[in-house]
Amino acid sequence: MGELEGYGDLALEVLEGVSVFDEIEVEREDGAVLRGVLLPRPRYGDPDVLVLKLPNGYNIGVSARRIKQLRRIGRVEPTRGAAAPQLSIKRSLPRIHLIGTGGTIASRVDYLTGAVYPYFTAEEIYSMVPELEEVALLSCETLLNVFSEDLTPSHWSKIAERVAQVFEREQPAGVVIAHGTDTMGYTAAALAFALRRIPGPVVLVGAQRSSDRPSSDAATNMLAAAIAAIKAPFAESVVVMHAGLDDTSFYVHRGVKVRKMHTSRRDAFRSVNAIPLAKVSLPDRSFHMLARRYLPRSNEVTLENGFDEKVALLKFYPGMGPEVLEFLVDRGYHGVVIEGTGLGHVATRLIPSVRRAVDEGVAVVIASQCLWGRVNMNVYRTGVELLKAGAMPAEDMLPETAYVKLSWVLARTRELKEVKRIFSTNLAFEIEERSENRFYPPQSYIERE
Amino acid sequence: MLKVKVGLEIHQMLDTKEKLFCACPTVLRREEPSVRFRRWLRLARSELGELDPAALFEYQKGKSYLYEHYEDSVCLVEMDEEPPHQLNPEALEIALTVCLMLNCKIVDEVQVMRKIVIDGSNTTGFQRTALIGIDGYVEARGRRIPINTVCLEEDAARKISESAKEVVYRLDRLGIPLIEISTGPVIESPEEAGLVALRIGQLLRMTGGVKRGLGTIRQDLNISVEGGARVEVKGVQELDLIPKIVELEAKRQTSLLEIRDELRKRGVTEDMIELNVADVTEVFEGTNSRVAKRALEGGGVALAAKLPAFAGLLGREIQPGRRLGTEMAERARYYAEVGGIFHSDELPAYGIAPDEVEKVRKLLNCDVMDAFVLVFEREERAIAALKAVVERAREALKGVPEETRAANPDGTTKFMRPMPGKARMYPETDIRPISITPELLERVRKALPEPPEVKYEKFVKVYGLNPSLAKRMVSSYWLDLFEKAVEELRAPPTVVATTLEGTLVELRRDGVPVPNLTDEHLLGLFKLLSKGLLVKEAIPIVLRHLAENPSLSVEDALRELGVTPMSEEEARERIRSVLGSMSNVVRERGVKAFGQVMGAAMKELRGRVDGEVVSKLVKEEFEKLLKEQASSS
Ligand SMILES: [Zn+2]
Repeated sequence: MGELEGYGDLALEVLEGVSVFDEIEVEREDGAVLRGVLLPRPRYGDPDVLVLKLPNGYNIGVSARRIKQLRRIGRVEPTRGAAAPQLSIKRSLPRIHLIGTGGTIASRVDYLTGAVYPYFTAEEIYSMVPELEEVALLSCETLLNVFSEDLTPSHWSKIAERVAQVFEREQPAGVVIAHGTDTMGYTAAALAFALRRIPGPVVLVGAQRSSDRPSSDAATNMLAAAIAAIKAPFAESVVVMHAGLDDTSFYVHRGVKVRKMHTSRRDAFRSVNAIPLAKVSLPDRSFHMLARRYLPRSNEVTLENGFDEKVALLKFYPGMGPEVLEFLVDRGYHGVVIEGTGLGHVATRLIPSVRRAVDEGVAVVIASQCLWGRVNMNVYRTGVELLKAGAMPAEDMLPETAYVKLSWVLARTRELKEVKRIFSTNLAFEIEERSENRFYPPQSYIERE
Repeated sequence: MLKVKVGLEIHQMLDTKEKLFCACPTVLRREEPSVRFRRWLRLARSELGELDPAALFEYQKGKSYLYEHYEDSVCLVEMDEEPPHQLNPEALEIALTVCLMLNCKIVDEVQVMRKIVIDGSNTTGFQRTALIGIDGYVEARGRRIPINTVCLEEDAARKISESAKEVVYRLDRLGIPLIEISTGPVIESPEEAGLVALRIGQLLRMTGGVKRGLGTIRQDLNISVEGGARVEVKGVQELDLIPKIVELEAKRQTSLLEIRDELRKRGVTEDMIELNVADVTEVFEGTNSRVAKRALEGGGVALAAKLPAFAGLLGREIQPGRRLGTEMAERARYYAEVGGIFHSDELPAYGIAPDEVEKVRKLLNCDVMDAFVLVFEREERAIAALKAVVERAREALKGVPEETRAANPDGTTKFMRPMPGKARMYPETDIRPISITPELLERVRKALPEPPEVKYEKFVKVYGLNPSLAKRMVSSYWLDLFEKAVEELRAPPTVVATTLEGTLVELRRDGVPVPNLTDEHLLGLFKLLSKGLLVKEAIPIVLRHLAENPSLSVEDALRELGVTPMSEEEARERIRSVLGSMSNVVRERGVKAFGQVMGAAMKELRGRVDGEVVSKLVKEEFEKLLKEQASSS
């Protein structure tokens, strides 16, 4: 019965003695005779409608209310498809270690049931991206199996720890992390702070179109990520995704400067207040640097792990009252990043609450909801008042990066003076001292290349 | 003639306001596109084995796809940059209407599927399609032809060009709703095939929800003769061509079966037909053949392969102007992308000399009954070409190969690609299943178009069409446009019907490019007619001008032609002046001059005054002149 989960009472009644993937024949009250394989009921839609896969491949719904007769004919066994062939990759290729966190880079469809099975073995990834056979020797592991939106700071620590371990024990040219795109920017920033020194880059990669479809960007993003992991002169935490709509250019964004700026496009990721670190081109597999400053590869592995989970990211809005901030202080939060307006402002009625927070040892950071540009709290009175109340400006950091950084800093020290000192220090190129013209609008660096 | 079995698959574009899965308009653009982007499609290698051979072959060429689009009529959905929106309810209602008209049983819940298509014609790599109705029938001359399925699906992108490295597609067509109707393979004659297609086309047009014009309806035919094989003929756009295609395909299959029998009689067995490639480049070192010379100078070779006991069969005609050799050449072109091949039944010719033919025969050890095939190309491609030819020769021994063919304008067919494998489909999880509620069905049922008999009655009794015109109109290609012109624009029914069923036919016969005329042209014309801004006499002139200059609006055409209507007073003035210039003729011939005068007046006022008015005015003025002349003499 467990297999019929999702079906409603009426459906269960007519499905007496039948299980999912049985081949059945139903006769409807209007005389229509339908033969097909009973499929699991999707989570949405009418639970009393049977889903049949007909021999011509189409799925249709047959309402249990209209079924006059149902006959079980036999059973088909769903397959996960043939396993990918074993390969012999040249041992001399550079090595890349691939860590899975729940984002799918390779998957296969069972055309019988419609189920999509994710895979995370080197064989499957080579099968999906055959070009990799000429690029890298892959090793794979699944570290987490979590939806991107369910990741927490403790997962960041887990990933950081594993990356450090892999670099120490296996000395790969780079580590690639397959990650869901929704929170990829946060994880990338977290790794940038936790992995102080590493021998090679940590490349986060994902897909905006699921990997079960022939048009998925998973394969080309993966290939570009691998190329970046091998060819990059830097050893930083970066994100590699489509640069535009073409399957031919990919940007390597600095983890602390990248933000998902579109819900669905392949080129959703953009560097904010920075230009991308580098660019990868396909099909010629070329790599070239765009930024001049970077943290070079080294022989050291320095991990400073741990994130304070009692940090909040608040967006200021015109109707916001002080109670939201008060609530966080009352609940014992250690730090709050407020996405203020413009140069870094909140309503004057909130200033006393900011003061109270700081007085009670809570770190308050002001970033800007403009995203582009630098916070400057000296220009207007409200800004000055906020500074006086003890708020720290986030400079040109993304609010998300400020949140991750504050969380990392607070795990090191809770002493506000020290917090302020570390927070305002540029640790991983998250602060650009110079705001260059070409950072905005974000297209301009594409045009000027 | 052998028994033939035909099944039809009809794809009709719907005339909905929006596309099937987004809010873009369903228009095909003429202008140059403004934006382009490049993509590849891919499948896991472990899945390739299950892929159908045609798709696999295309895929392995590794082409990239360049998509062209328009910012103002294509959105992120067609570009595969945004998930699809929910299924267009307008399209669903038209599909349900068609299902009911075709007596289909309708599914209780529509599930949209993804059908894997990796030739690039869909940016996603799959076509979204949903089964709406099954198990219906259509009546054609008293026989019930079963309708197996009615599906609602998205149209593919338009292929603009193709080269060795890339295929260019335009996204304006991608996502336009299509209805796909498949009949059972039970149609028994070329005429019946035409009739069934006509009947289904009529039903579709009666819904008032389908597009008209070139490329808006495409029919695929499955044709097989007894002992032959299922051959799919794709993309027939002209209804009139269907009987011809069926007839010629039946002839082709019959001829191929005869060739098979002849080969067997000659004692040819499969193991005798082997690929043994001989390099015969040296034979052509001083050749006069331009093809050979160009290929050899470009670094190519001359390769030949023997086809044992095929002499005379390669050149045997199997369809008008097409031979077994033609089919081999098409295979070579498809699989090896070579320009062409030469076979011994057509040689010596094309600059290849008799002694060169003899030398090749000798090198291949051909005896009189043996044939050979010759190709000039770069070595790798030449070998691939000969391999394809030998494969086709083997199939000749079995009879008719199962394959997908494309229709030529003369009704013959040419090889297109191997028969596709079983469709691979899985659910489109971005779109919720849609319940077909009794309420929805009831609403569609109530709004069903009137049956043809009821329309006929109405056309005769209410619109005043004569019975034969009414009968033609009911089954006309222009039925929905006629009803729109009469009901919405209040245009005079008989004039509209005569224009659509008479004038257009005559213009076409005169060689006017009638297919250039759009619905906007015709409706615009009828609108002016009903407002009295155009006289019916001007219709043929205006239509001809529009067909020849399709980018013009109706108003522009009227202006350019100078056929704006003239008042009665002005017309009378013109007639007077015509009479004035003809007064001598009238004086000499008297009443007998009337015909001549009328002719001259008609010419002067052509397309600007109603014919009846002209004849009334001419009569009055002519009589007046006669009287004046009589009194003055
Ligand atoms: Zn659209």
